[in-house]
Amino acid sequence: MGLRRIFTDSGHLVRPAVVLLAGIGIFLIVRALIVPKAFGQYGHYRPAALAEIHQRPMAYAGQDQCVLCHDDEAQTRGAGKHAHVACEACHGPLAQHASDPAANVPKLPDVANLCRRCHEKDAAKPPSFPQVVTAEHSGGMLCNSCHQPHNPHL
Amino acid sequence: MEISRRDLFTIGGKLLVLASAGATIEQITGAAPATEAYQMADHWWGMIVDIDKCIGCGNCVRACSNENHVPGGYFRTWVERYQVGEDQQPRVDSPNGAIDGFPPSTRTGVKSFFVPKLCNQCAHSPCVQVCPVGATFVSPDGVVLVDETYCLGCRYCVQACPYGCRYLHPDTRTVDKCTLCYHRITQGLTTACCENCPTGARQLVDFKNPKDPVHEFLRHNKVQILKPYMATGAKVYYKDLDGSVR
Amino acid sequence: MIPGVDGFMYPNEIELQWGLLIVLYPYITGLVAGAFILASLERVFKVEAVRPTYRLALLTALAFLLVAPLPLQLHLGHPERSLEMYLTPHTSSAMAMFGFVYLWYLTVVLLLEIWLDYRADIVRMAQSTTGFMRLVYKALTLGSENVSPAARRIDDKVGYTVTVIGIPSAFLLHGYVGFIFGSIKANPWWSTPLMPIVFLFSAMTSGIAAVLLLYMGTMKVKKMAIDMRCLDTIGKYLFYTFLIDFTLEMLDLVHRTYEADESFRSLDFMVHTRLMFSQIILQILLGTLVPLALLAANQLWKFSEAKRRIMYVTAGLLTMVGIFAMRWNVVIGGQLFSKSFLGYTTYKVSFAAREGLFTAVGLMILPFVLFVVLVKLLPPWPEREAL
Repeated sequence: MGLRRIFTDSGHLVRPAVVLLAGIGIFLIVRALIVPKAFGQYGHYRPAALAEIHQRPMAYAGQDQCVLCHDDEAQTRGAGKHAHVACEACHGPLAQHASDPAANVPKLPDVANLCRRCHEKDAAKPPSFPQVVTAEHSGGMLCNSCHQPHNPHL
Repeated sequence: MEISRRDLFTIGGKLLVLASAGATIEQITGAAPATEAYQMADHWWGMIVDIDKCIGCGNCVRACSNENHVPGGYFRTWVERYQVGEDQQPRVDSPNGAIDGFPPSTRTGVKSFFVPKLCNQCAHSPCVQVCPVGATFVSPDGVVLVDETYCLGCRYCVQACPYGCRYLHPDTRTVDKCTLCYHRITQGLTTACCENCPTGARQLVDFKNPKDPVHEFLRHNKVQILKPYMATGAKVYYKDLDGSVR
Repeated sequence: MIPGVDGFMYPNEIELQWGLLIVLYPYITGLVAGAFILASLERVFKVEAVRPTYRLALLTALAFLLVAPLPLQLHLGHPERSLEMYLTPHTSSAMAMFGFVYLWYLTVVLLLEIWLDYRADIVRMAQSTTGFMRLVYKALTLGSENVSPAARRIDDKVGYTVTVIGIPSAFLLHGYVGFIFGSIKANPWWSTPLMPIVFLFSAMTSGIAAVLLLYMGTMKVKKMAIDMRCLDTIGKYLFYTFLIDFTLEMLDLVHRTYEADESFRSLDFMVHTRLMFSQIILQILLGTLVPLALLAANQLWKFSEAKRRIMYVTAGLLTMVGIFAMRWNVVIGGQLFSKSFLGYTTYKVSFAAREGLFTAVGLMILPFVLFVVLVKLLPPWPEREAL
């Protein structure tokens, strides 16, 4: 008698419990449907993201690409102080040119500003690095009037 | 213990059989093919920065911006200029992240130098720890990346990064940061910033590559990471970093 | 050089990432926790004097809890992806785990407790109303119309248990928000073990003040008499809670000043310049010391009923403002200084943008609108209103 009474009097408590369980059930179903299957394979993330990032397009070809065609300039450069300056450091991003040279002809660098960025004298630059006060050094003449950019030493 | 001649022959015979079997198996499975697919487990990426070589030209900032289409006003990498007086209190500036280099230094007679900064690719990254959904993570080869299609844009990771290297991309409205040019390094190229650094101040390193110069470099140079007390496991090592650098 | 920036900030730090809406969010969840603790005073700690506000406090908590996710949704870059926090929660992230604490608190604590306490009234209204409202009440009964004395005794017992579970749940609800900030080692303004505790006690303070004001306001609107014994008791609890909260915040301040580590100089400067108005004047002077004085006076001397009501309203309003200022100073203050300790930036609140002032004001009004709807739907004192 006592047990049945308890069930009758507390039977209504089952209802919010059912609502809660139904909610949890729906959540678990949604979760099984939506979460990418391989999630967690390498860690707590979508492993497909690695491939997506890996496949992003490149803007810089890398100097090994440039050298394949521009062997002469590479030889000149290799003999001088700019040996370790990458081609695209001055010529800008050229992956498009490397993949289709005729279709994408690069513009020559803006010498007036380009050389100064590295070689203008500044107290914060390492003293051993070649730097000049360009106004005094060249009096306004373009750097490549005297210096050959690929092998600049005079 | 005495080994009889008989035992010697038996053991020797077994070893010979095993050795030839091994050699045969190697022939069948073959040596590594001519073009290897990239194996994440073979790499553990980082970077070394040589402060005394940096000339503050900003090539790295421009290169990164071009390579990764970084929106204006936000920075995956930037260069800071330090001008440190005798009291060791630094005056620091980074005009537009040094994307156009620096205007002339104003203070003379003080210690001054440039510090390139980027994501430190932390092995125990606090930014990864706080991401609520798993949109940012450390890849198996040690690069901290952001899953653009999964990020909510809550910016908790931006708050958690001690180095200030993350930002909210204004167009995608997801968090963005230096990816160590993951799309390049997984194809045998170097990062855009390292490629375009004219003095070799920045160099990509692979700790798992036994031939990488980083091993000699770390053995023979005094190096520091930024904010070591944060114990983030930063993998960008600075040579000749001054104590005033924050 | 850069507008709004003094000294040096890392370039990506100049723009604040967490703005006004993120200030609002801990404020709102704080009110929830505080209101619930007041309700539990009566139910669990048998402070019978505050019985008149029991149901009011629960409805206040619910109204604010329902609004709490909105500032977060409006802040996200991709609110449509927010379900990911439940689908693939990163267990090391306090933010992710908080989503479950929120759900737990909403369903198993608050909604259940309200349902159990109101069940008899809901059944009565399901039987006595007509039309659309009848459907609403019938739905709320969840299909059971058993309101026998035995059933109601069981409701009471279970409700008591829920409240007992609810107290640590309320602590967890707002303590967690404090932990979300307190666990960020990169930010010295936030990173302290005191943060969850300070957040909790300031939450309790603001919640109790909110219920006090809502009680006085509701009584005035319904033209019912205010139970002064109830009000005085709420005032007493508000005083003691606020005292503990103030002590904890001063402890944090004194500790920082004494230890004076590297971050201190930068933070101290920030408090005295960027945060002068919001921290010194609004939070400490007007928002804490004045209400504490008003409340302390009522503990020491006896004032007339009319005077007490004015003092309580003033103290309550100033407290609400003061605790909001505290949230502002934590969230915004934590982003105004550079992690290099070499500079400061400025926060510019926009007006009409998604995370702007108008949105914030709207989000603060919304819980009161919800509260009015809830009070109409589930009248706190049906017996008294029937008279």
